[in-house]
Amino acid sequence: MVHEAVSPSPRFLEPKDLSLLQQVLGHHANDSTKLLQILREVQEHLGFIPNAAVSFIAEALDIPRNRIESVASFYSFLHLRSQGTYRVLFSDNITDRMLGSQTLMERMCQQLWLQPGKVSEDGLLSIGTTSCTGMCDQGPAMLVNERAITKLTHQRIQEIGQLIRNRTPLNDWPADFFYVEDNIHRAGLILGNTMAYGEALQAGLTLGGAAIVDVVKRSGLRGRGGAGYPTGLKWEACRNAKGNQHYVVCNADEGEPGTFKDRVLLTRQADLVFEGMTLCALAVGAKQGFLYLRGEYRYLLDHLKGVLQRRRESNLLGVDILGQSGFDFDIEIHLGAGAYICGEESALIESLEGERGVPRNRPPFPVTQGYLQQPTALDNVETFCQAALAIHMGADKYSAIGTSKSTGSKLISVSGDCPRPGIYEYPFGVSVQEILNDCGAVNTRAVQISGPSGICIGEHEFGRKLGFEDLPTAGAFMVFDDSRDMFEVARNFVHFFAHESCGFCTPCRVGTSMLKQTMDKIAAGQGTHYDLAEVENLDHVLQTTSHCGLGRTACNPVLHTLKHFRPAYESRLKSLSFKPAFDLDGALARARQMTGRDDAGAHLKENE
Amino acid sequence: MTEKKKLRIATTSLAGCFGCHMSILDIDERLFPLLELVEFDRSPLTDIKHCGPCDIGLVEGGICNAENVHVLREFRKNCKVLIAIGACAINGGLPAQRNHLDLSSCLTEVYLTEPGLVHGHIPNDPELPLPLDKVHPLHEVVKIDYFIPGCPPSADAIWKFLTDLIAGKTPELGHGLIKYD
Ligand SMILES: Cc1cc2nc3c(=O)[nH]c(=O)nc-3n(C[C@H](O)[C@H](O)[C@H](O)COP(=O)(O)O)c2cc1C
Ligand code: SF4
Ligand code: SF4
Repeated sequence: MVHEAVSPSPRFLEPKDLSLLQQVLGHHANDSTKLLQILREVQEHLGFIPNAAVSFIAEALDIPRNRIESVASFYSFLHLRSQGTYRVLFSDNITDRMLGSQTLMERMCQQLWLQPGKVSEDGLLSIGTTSCTGMCDQGPAMLVNERAITKLTHQRIQEIGQLIRNRTPLNDWPADFFYVEDNIHRAGLILGNTMAYGEALQAGLTLGGAAIVDVVKRSGLRGRGGAGYPTGLKWEACRNAKGNQHYVVCNADEGEPGTFKDRVLLTRQADLVFEGMTLCALAVGAKQGFLYLRGEYRYLLDHLKGVLQRRRESNLLGVDILGQSGFDFDIEIHLGAGAYICGEESALIESLEGERGVPRNRPPFPVTQGYLQQPTALDNVETFCQAALAIHMGADKYSAIGTSKSTGSKLISVSGDCPRPGIYEYPFGVSVQEILNDCGAVNTRAVQISGPSGICIGEHEFGRKLGFEDLPTAGAFMVFDDSRDMFEVARNFVHFFAHESCGFCTPCRVGTSMLKQTMDKIAAGQGTHYDLAEVENLDHVLQTTSHCGLGRTACNPVLHTLKHFRPAYESRLKSLSFKPAFDLDGALARARQMTGRDDAGAHLKENE
Repeated sequence: MTEKKKLRIATTSLAGCFGCHMSILDIDERLFPLLELVEFDRSPLTDIKHCGPCDIGLVEGGICNAENVHVLREFRKNCKVLIAIGACAINGGLPAQRNHLDLSSCLTEVYLTEPGLVHGHIPNDPELPLPLDKVHPLHEVVKIDYFIPGCPPSADAIWKFLTDLIAGKTPELGHGLIKYD
């Protein structure tokens, strides 16, 4: 819901804002582990979190103000100062850029007389960029007040500009702006399933918790979130872990650029997702589950809540599920607020607890000490779907699909240079070339598998197969044809990591920025071979000393593109062994102008 | 036993506060054994104005003006090994606090609009080096071989670093010599 130009004075809250705050706080029972949800909702109504609201919430939750400020400042969608009544964020994934997002953004800034990143003087709007919004198959995309708009064109940008100028409430904008397509081009095990609601759950109830774990183990199912940990082992460890409460968490943060299959699953197969979570609850003995939904997918909230409500009404959730006395389980949805790192499981749990999403030390792993330090089974959206199917089909039938070490099917999110971007479901073991054929890609130069943190492969490797044996993937499949500059692709990814580094550990916080500076230096034509060698040094530091996977994979885009597309870098280098990082003489221009000097001493040569 | 040839060291302070040089002096009585092994070229300790061929160059402070660039280049040209010493040299440090201000408004405020200034003007004597629009760390202007972090690095850290280097070992500042807070 979006309200009109509300900018409460920074010090006082108007009565209606006050009652709203009380309502939000009451809804969350003044529970400080709900802080992130509270802040999100306050912002949704007020457009930002005013100073007075911070004080009010601090008092109500009995926590210091600085905890609220520290949480709010961590998440890129939360603002302690007004960012305008309309907050426009262009999705900045490379696929959006390839579809022309940068020109569109420039146009819009011109049209509305605005500089990127600044709030207009009348407080009406701001325009900026955000990391991939998961609409790569229908970009360029943007978020306006955290609501997704797809398929941007010059015309659409113009219309949006008009609507903003006229202060038209977002709810009155044309509905087709917000239309998100599923683009399913190939259905398999999951997308083609014809199970009735509750069917898999019934099968699970007949088996019982221990047998469910056994089936999932024997099915060979491995996590679909990226790391590929055997799901059965995870559930077993969680089941055996001692605790006051056990929890089930579904990771729907889907932040890896180029990945959008969880969005489609939540749209089309929400029941299957919840069914998988409920089966997991039965297996590990949990009463409470959470779905952690990335803020970019806020538009799915009502739909998902509706599905949950229907499942409660059908006794597929709630008390004594399907008549089994003592089998109680329910699911709550938590929204993220624009932080890629919250996809990392321990950061996600911190975020669920209302904290900054900083990864924890691991071990202990979430299976023994997860949410509120209790045993927690945390899996990806697709993993829960696969588990439900495996339990329904039986381990033997399920494990016959795919390859020996990668059983079952995999949803692939195809985007980039191809005529049919969208979702493709294959049994594991499918080759890259087969997918390229299916999506109609021609003259393909490279494919980025599993997003920026994954692998970039060149033409001679298109025979390789998706699966844990060869090319593990969380689902992203970005296609680049021979018109693309792979250096710019890598540079976009490096900027992504620098932006999303949570800042907790120095190697990653500083290292990703240094990497970004090096790439920008090369882009500006100031790079040397020395800089390329520096990237390799940096990679070593990041890989060996980063606290979590983000830092460990941040150099991958550069290393992989350097391996396959070195000339894209070399052609930009100056031949000298070292070059300054910036234009030295240009850096004196200001001072020359201010002093009126133009003598020899007022200039610097680029090299001596 | 034949006497080993002494290593030549040059040091300078660019956009720094001389705190790092004070820390060099803080190696105290160890300066004597050091002087058995090295001799100083250009340095505030010797008052030599231009750097000749050296083995080691130690540079304190970042790059804030044109002269800093010239001096740093002179060091790079003459020193086999060039070391950035201290936070200012490595990151820009304290002087880089001005980087979020626009240089024009800085100059305007300091020389033109500051209360109490009568007929102020922005100095434009060619003798004076022009300020760069931003303060930069050394490694953005020339290649730097080693970095000694700290503000300033302790005398022990400097001593360890130099003695390692002189002994032909890759310098390692282990636990206790690098502070993280
Ligand atoms: C930086 C980072 C981001 C991640 N983002 C996601 C994500 O968006 N979705 C996801 O399911 N897993 C993500 N993961 C992996 C999770 O930490 C975790 O391994 C996974 O959710 C476990 O579920 P699975 O066993 O079903 O794969 C991420 C990991 C890292 C290091
Ligand atoms: S590696 Fe990066 S993202 Fe991970 S904890 Fe360190 S700073 Fe945060
Ligand atoms: S690092 Fe610290 S001591 Fe050294 S020059 Fe800079 S401010 Fe002075």
